[in-house]
Amino acid sequence: MRLYATVAAGGFRRHATYRVATAAGVFTNSVFGLVLSYTYIALWDERPHLGGYSMDDALAYVWIGQGLLTVCGMMGGGFENELIERIRTGDIAVDLYRPADLQTWWFSANLGRSAYQLLGRGIAPMAVGWLAFRFTLPAGPGAWLAFLVAVALGSTVGFALWYVVAMSAFWLLDGQGVVQVAWLGGLFFSGMLLPLNVFPGTLGEVARALPWASLLQVPADVYLGTYEGWGLAGAYAFQGGWALVLLAAGRVVQAAATRKVVVQGG
Amino acid sequence: MVAGMWIRSTMTYRASFLIALFTNFCVTFFDFVAILLMFGQVKGLGGFAFAEVALLYGTAGTAFGIADLTMGSLQRMGARVRDGSLDTFLLRPAPLLAQIAGDKFALKRFGRVTQGLVVLIWSLCLLDVAWTPLKVLLLPVTVVSGAVIFAAVMVVGASSLFWIQDAAEVTNSFTYGGNTLLQYPPTIFAQDLVRGVVYVVPLAFVNWLPALYVLDRPAPAGVPEWAAFASPLVAAVCCGVAGVAWRAGVRAYRSTGS
Repeated sequence: MRLYATVAAGGFRRHATYRVATAAGVFTNSVFGLVLSYTYIALWDERPHLGGYSMDDALAYVWIGQGLLTVCGMMGGGFENELIERIRTGDIAVDLYRPADLQTWWFSANLGRSAYQLLGRGIAPMAVGWLAFRFTLPAGPGAWLAFLVAVALGSTVGFALWYVVAMSAFWLLDGQGVVQVAWLGGLFFSGMLLPLNVFPGTLGEVARALPWASLLQVPADVYLGTYEGWGLAGAYAFQGGWALVLLAAGRVVQAAATRKVVVQGG
Repeated sequence: MVAGMWIRSTMTYRASFLIALFTNFCVTFFDFVAILLMFGQVKGLGGFAFAEVALLYGTAGTAFGIADLTMGSLQRMGARVRDGSLDTFLLRPAPLLAQIAGDKFALKRFGRVTQGLVVLIWSLCLLDVAWTPLKVLLLPVTVVSGAVIFAAVMVVGASSLFWIQDAAEVTNSFTYGGNTLLQYPPTIFAQDLVRGVVYVVPLAFVNWLPALYVLDRPAPAGVPEWAAFASPLVAAVCCGVAGVAWRAGVRAYRSTGS
């Protein structure tokens, strides 16, 4: 346990080193948030209460998306390229010899990264967005706390997804193609481009049932106070369920990979 | 030659390359699906009909795609400055910019260009425009000058990496962000923002101004009508600025020595 806490702290410190990169990221998130906000304003002007959101809710949604982008890893978990590279070059053999579990090791490192991103790249863009648009804020400290729990679960699902993706590199070696497919799913089905509750009919139902919904749609709805009581428990159960399924899948793939695959010599 | 080498290297993992090419097409296509979904809910966005937004999307997407295909590799230059591997490039008897542009040249980015072109052609089929020879001529000029302007922005962004090595993401907000901005009509944005992309970072010349002329719509932010034809000139000026920035950057480069 102490080991993994150290790894997590290391993940946090490592990302905290790149202050200029964080500032650059905050700037980029703010610009995207700005552009997206205006398109949503145009859209909600034409159709007020689209998807059950008021204009203020929709704007909050935009900035939650920008804030959580790196935290939940919608367009990449921030660790998978490194892991894939280790698999491709054969360095992974060293990792497998270590007296630590591979998945837990990377999970801890990602936890630290995620926590740093929440502080570094989550809060600032949301503050920028709120100053510009005064969107909906959660009702009180309880609602903020509920939101944070949803974000933590979302970040776990994001890690689990990208871990499975990275494990595929044991067979494909290059891995870039699969990363792109996952990227595609993350961008579209997380609701980064458009809230999932605006998606029509069956497409919407499918999109809301996929794991990517845990990354943005569910945390955003928790933030906006859509769920109460058992509904909130249900939302958490949805995220937690996907987290367990995907973490287990990652474990299975990892076991299969270490048993069968011949590691590339460096 | 550098690009050729990277193409051969990508082709080693052929299946992976094909998936990457296809998904590159899809990633940008999903962007467009989002717009389609929006228009499933509304008839117009900021007073623009679907075909008109599609024209904006197609011209911006194609121009950005071409720029990304040729100059997209500049993004990774920050890492090369950091780890010192840029030194190898400086020793070779070939222009530095060409080498870096060809570095990890990714043919899969062709998927983006194709997607932009598909939407552009689709929009042209849907549009009800009184075509004049001038408008027909303006379209390819727009796409080419747009690509050059985007490429110039990418070079300026990369030049800044010689000083601030890990700020590559700022360039993204002007390139990817600009691309997203230009896919929507200027009427929906705050006028200060529109003025910014006309007079400060001249992204409006990528497609907004010429496309609005083709659509017979007034130019935004009080820009005169002839500005629609100024794109090649603006592109040339951008290249000049990019060239100066690049040279200054290379001169300021100090190797990490590792």
